[in-house]
Amino acid sequence: MTAHWTALIVFLVSAIASQVALEGKFQRPIDTLPPVTWLRSPELSKRVTLGFDSLLADAYWIRAVQYYGDAKLSTSKKKEYGLLYPLLDITTTLDPRFNIAYRFGAILLSEGYPNGPGNPDQAIALLKKGIEEMPDRWQYYHDAGFVEYWWRHDYKAASEWLLKAAKLPNAPRWLEPTAAGMLARGGDRDSARALWSELAATSGQDWIRSSAKKALLQLDAEAVIEQLEFLAQRFFDARGRFPASWNELVTAGLLRGIPLDPTGMPYMIDSVSGAADVAPDSPLFPLRRSDPPPVAALDR
Amino acid sequence: MRAILVVAGGVFRDSIRDRIAYGLVFFAVLLIAASVLLAQLTAGQDLKIIKDLGLAASLAIGVLISIFFGIGLVAKEVDRRSVYSLLSKPVTRSQFIAGKYLGLVVTLLINLAVMAAAMYAVLGYMDWMATPELRASWDAPALDPRMLKAVALIGVELMVVTAITLFFSTFSSPFLSAACTLALYVVGHFGEDLKHLDKLVPSQALATVGRVIYYVLPNLAPLDVKGEVVHGVAVSAQHVLLATLSSGLYIGVLLTASALIFSRRDLK
Repeated sequence: MTAHWTALIVFLVSAIASQVALEGKFQRPIDTLPPVTWLRSPELSKRVTLGFDSLLADAYWIRAVQYYGDAKLSTSKKKEYGLLYPLLDITTTLDPRFNIAYRFGAILLSEGYPNGPGNPDQAIALLKKGIEEMPDRWQYYHDAGFVEYWWRHDYKAASEWLLKAAKLPNAPRWLEPTAAGMLARGGDRDSARALWSELAATSGQDWIRSSAKKALLQLDAEAVIEQLEFLAQRFFDARGRFPASWNELVTAGLLRGIPLDPTGMPYMIDSVSGAADVAPDSPLFPLRRSDPPPVAALDR
Repeated sequence: MRAILVVAGGVFRDSIRDRIAYGLVFFAVLLIAASVLLAQLTAGQDLKIIKDLGLAASLAIGVLISIFFGIGLVAKEVDRRSVYSLLSKPVTRSQFIAGKYLGLVVTLLINLAVMAAAMYAVLGYMDWMATPELRASWDAPALDPRMLKAVALIGVELMVVTAITLFFSTFSSPFLSAACTLALYVVGHFGEDLKHLDKLVPSQALATVGRVIYYVLPNLAPLDVKGEVVHGVAVSAQHVLLATLSSGLYIGVLLTASALIFSRRDLK
């Protein structure tokens, strides 16, 4: 019996040692393998699952989220998000009621490059697929309006989506006035705040909630930046140049101290143009005030 | 009836003695428990993943046990020649088939109940841990009793698969029985494609053959309501009843055919 145990331990230790030796000599370059999806057709995927379609949808959803995460966190100069939409398409075909895949998927697809593929067209297409399956879900119309408003800056289309959402059962009352506000004032901060606040309050997903809270802080920062740029302009009117630092505005009595963004990081000022912004190392950087991404970026 | 119960009892005792069934059910319970960890890999939808995995594991393990035990139900008795001693007692061949079927079905249903209980235990834990905010985002409650409809229909599906396995087991080798049962299981889930084969192939004759196969073979697709119950979509009692009734009739056909073939089989 003891001999058996000794032999077992000797074999086990030798096997582990051989594994360690092999590991050092035969490392495969797995990092260089591009991610692929073998089943490109959502319909075929559904057929071959033999009643396990819902489970396979979960697997594809996990893969989509991890694919997005890997691409976003990669240090590569050209981040590749090409498989995100096919993965989400297969997920939602396998399980057409996969609510979070439509809502979360649309957010991931529309996120601007390099944080996402910057493809609002695909985000809207995914949401339209969800609407086809569940036409009573006002949230999909709301999300489509959000994509139009925030990423495409198409305020008319955004307002139309919100009006459609407002007519659905259980839709909140604020949708209609927000739609009217969008149509009347375009990209005003109040409408953006209403949309983000809704996402922050109603989403059950931590990622969406924290993303929405960050966007709300960015909106606060934008409002402060407008005030700071106004003060910098006053400094320019008095001295003929923009301030080199906030200290100059403090010394001039225009500010009481170094202005800090909502995360506690000092704002930056450009002494040439007088433009203020959050610091590059602030968690709020970059602010989303820029225009929609160019067409070339959308095709990426 | 007593003869059937005696044969069924023998099958049930055999399945308890066989550790492989234990192992499979233990694996399923472990898989369901591990789904809590798996759910951490994704953003949200952990409850859906646990429900999906729980129901899918119950079906997959059930089908495996059904085929693994079903293929040997008759063939093993014939090979070991133990069938002679059984049939020398006051047991007809039809009662032998019915008893074998009943014994395996009872085993399967008990295993299914264990797996369903494990799934509800994990879901209960999730419900206990969830915040009210998270609960509000769920499509359906964690301990949704409507999931029992899916569990019940999985039970019916396992009964159909067992009947198919037993049918092949009466005249074929275990390996061939397993292959044929798997083939019918696959075809059973392609019911809609068979019915509408005319849209895929130009030949009218082939389309007719497809339609005939669709009506003759048991259609397993209506027994799959896992996707619906996970999202809290109502599955009508009428659907459950009709699907069960239809499956019951196919089971009747398969058992009758099994008894017919076995009663004509020359065991010498």
